[in-house]
Amino acid sequence: MAVLKLTIDGREVSVPQGTTVLEACRMHDISIPTLCHDKELTSGGSCRLCVVQIEGMRNLPPACVTQATQGMMVETQNLKVRAARKTILELLVANHPLDCMTCEKLGDCSLAKYAYEYGVTGEIYQGEKRNAPIDDGNPYILRDPNKCILCGKCIATCNAVTERSVIDYAYRGFNTKVAPFMDTDLKDSNCVYCNRCVAICPVGALVDKSMIGKGRQWEFTKEEVICTFCESGCKFDINSKNGKIIGVTAKSADNGRPLCLKGRIGSDFRYNPNRTEMPFINQDGEFVQIPWEEFLGLGNIVEKINSLAK
Amino acid sequence: MAENQRILVCAGTGCASSGANKLISALEAEIKLQGLEETVSIVGTGCQGFCEKGPTIVIEKHQVLYTSVTVDDIAEIVASDIIKDERVERLLLIDQVTQKPVAKLSEIRFFAKQKRIVLQNCGIIDPQKIEEYTDRKGYLALQKALKEMSPDEVLEEVKKSGLRGRGGAGFPTGLKWGFCRGAAGDKKYVICNADEGDPGAFMDRSVLEGDPHSVIEGMLIGAYAIGADEGYVYCRAEYPMAIKHLEIAIGQAEEAGYLGKNILGSGFNFNLNVFAGAGAFVCGEETALMASIEGKRGMPRVRPPFPAVKGLWGKPTNINNVETWSNIPHILRNGSEWYAQMGTEKSKGTKIFALTGKVNNTGLVEVPMGTTLREIIFDIGGGVQNGKAFKAVQIGGPSGGCMPEEMLDTSVDYDSLAKAGAMVGSGGLVIMDETTCMVDIARFFLSFTTKESCGKCTPCREGTKRMYEILDRITKGEGKIEDIDTLENLAHAIKETSLCGLGQTAPNPILATIKYFRHEFEAHIIDHKCPAHACSALLSYSIDAEKCKGCGLCAKNCPTTCITGEKKKPYVIKEDDCIKCGTCIDKCKFDAVIRA
Repeated sequence: MAVLKLTIDGREVSVPQGTTVLEACRMHDISIPTLCHDKELTSGGSCRLCVVQIEGMRNLPPACVTQATQGMMVETQNLKVRAARKTILELLVANHPLDCMTCEKLGDCSLAKYAYEYGVTGEIYQGEKRNAPIDDGNPYILRDPNKCILCGKCIATCNAVTERSVIDYAYRGFNTKVAPFMDTDLKDSNCVYCNRCVAICPVGALVDKSMIGKGRQWEFTKEEVICTFCESGCKFDINSKNGKIIGVTAKSADNGRPLCLKGRIGSDFRYNPNRTEMPFINQDGEFVQIPWEEFLGLGNIVEKINSLAK
Repeated sequence: MAENQRILVCAGTGCASSGANKLISALEAEIKLQGLEETVSIVGTGCQGFCEKGPTIVIEKHQVLYTSVTVDDIAEIVASDIIKDERVERLLLIDQVTQKPVAKLSEIRFFAKQKRIVLQNCGIIDPQKIEEYTDRKGYLALQKALKEMSPDEVLEEVKKSGLRGRGGAGFPTGLKWGFCRGAAGDKKYVICNADEGDPGAFMDRSVLEGDPHSVIEGMLIGAYAIGADEGYVYCRAEYPMAIKHLEIAIGQAEEAGYLGKNILGSGFNFNLNVFAGAGAFVCGEETALMASIEGKRGMPRVRPPFPAVKGLWGKPTNINNVETWSNIPHILRNGSEWYAQMGTEKSKGTKIFALTGKVNNTGLVEVPMGTTLREIIFDIGGGVQNGKAFKAVQIGGPSGGCMPEEMLDTSVDYDSLAKAGAMVGSGGLVIMDETTCMVDIARFFLSFTTKESCGKCTPCREGTKRMYEILDRITKGEGKIEDIDTLENLAHAIKETSLCGLGQTAPNPILATIKYFRHEFEAHIIDHKCPAHACSALLSYSIDAEKCKGCGLCAKNCPTTCITGEKKKPYVIKEDDCIKCGTCIDKCKFDAVIRA
């Protein structure tokens, strides 16, 4: 494969042909902030946070969708670039609820991370804030459109799930939001709650309801497992806190099948107080507990074995 | 006595809305009544250009223009002009300088300085009849291309002409075609962008309504040069007449063998479809336009890949606007050298402008590139209405800027205007007089772009809203002096980081207004005054007790009850209840109401 040489922040680096400027930077540990980029999805180039300055190019192109070329001169940290990124963050934060203390995303929020890094307060561009109703109508996903930064990753990930494409952009300009067809609640859409959108949301706009109030991101340990509820073999992460399983996190959209409801909320069974270790049979519409021997049709075999042992 | 002749009635959207269709019916009835139907024909044409005085009628034989014609004038026009060969003087245009009626079309100042290339058929032919187009050398350029030239020769001819895109950005047309021709792919598309959306722009509509075949012919030639066999005209649904005329024209061209398979026996195939856009300004952006044709939400996407490589349905696609396509037949027919004589060094040919706002001669104007704004506004446009002072001209719509008096000698071409902080844009020219507040105008354009932003990228979606809010505060007298810097910083950030042309140019009206009219911003912020007396929140009304005769007319007409007084004694305005509508000042006959 052909190798390209380019200069990033005065450093000459080599990358394979077909690499974006963002990938080139990340290969060489040059940090670039991104909100809408995900390496497994096609970049929409919508957040504009990854802008850089490239010699000979008009304006400030976004690194995520700009192809690296031979001899390219890229600046990722100069004053102009950082000021532009700061303005974008200021605009996002000015239209974002600042209830970070009680937000489920605290500790894992990309917007908060970059706002801190760029010294953003959200005070400069104060004005009208979005005030859209929160979608709390289903038991699985809480959608707060007021926290949404419209990066579009949830839309792209939903589009990547076969036969879904449940959500898309709706309305225009400042009133733009992500919504199911006809802007209904999720419960009235054909969403199957695979929760991949939740897993990819960079802010607290999409939250797994089963995990609300159960712990902070830094308290969790994550373990990748293969679901055993059926033979499909979906992978997901188990989140545990103090050794106790709190919930699961879905994988991204092109990693095999989306997680079904069984896999996603099945971990609840583990700590269910009504969970039994004895079998039940249905007798005239009522479940009655019976011994294992009877359930397995073993009759008095156990007794026979015991007598033989004597 | 009458001989064979034609009466041309402007039936473009502008004149149709002021009664042109009734005029046509009345004329037909009158001609029949006089027994002249064998010799006199009535033609409903596209826009004749002089919209200010619509509806207009041209008596073709004598090249006479009658203006502001009503149904009541019809009998007299027929009796006098058609039968007796005498002009109806009261319906002639009065020259602004000599104050005398002008009998000949060519002597009207509005037309005298124009150079009509693209508009040469507009207002003269019946756009619903293909014969009228072919009688005026229509489809000859196509025949020349298909029979005498190779696609490469056509491409070379367009390149040599120096034609640049008339949609606003001014990209060289031949170069653009070349990219698409060079792109790999067996299926290619050409698209005509007729999603004209700038406030005050109606050039493309007029060309489609008045001369649809010229656009079709241009697209055919382009498709031949590029190697495309299918095309779309993306026209906004708010242009029903343009769509209707286009569909009629396509049907006729198909019947005549100019569209379809094996055109003119050359082996070249081309199909043309009309797609009615659902009305989003952003669909004028090429990638959003293509998404819209594909049935998706009209939202721009990142380029590259450029449409020339991956466009409609993923195939190489070439998009040009109406006026660009319409230029092509003229270039092919008359040669690139003829075309390149017109205009400036880097901007060749002519450009159509829609002259609107506070100008005497509202209308459609075609001038060679390089004409100055002053010539367009004063010589052709007849200057500012009601003798008011000129303040600014807004050029290029929501992507352009306002230029003050001292910039009027700027030559109208891509590079000079860009340097001055405006742009040719699609060609809207909105004239503003001393009563227009420039902060309010910037606010107006921002309210437009704020609503029309597609919402995809952060700077455009959030940034235009904040700029609008700041401008709104300033017009209400709540601005802070640092707001000007905030606006400028935000404007530059939005320009440099937005995804598509809409966001990249949305701040232009603000930057140009701050550049040329900073004092107006400062007056609003520091003195809490609107120098143009346009921002109602900053006005106060009072009555000069010495001038007031106590007639009570102001109180009688006041929509609230804030004016009180007794007859023959000075009246008083109670400021708290005043809604600042200005009715009192309009009604007072003694100049006693003071607005400050």
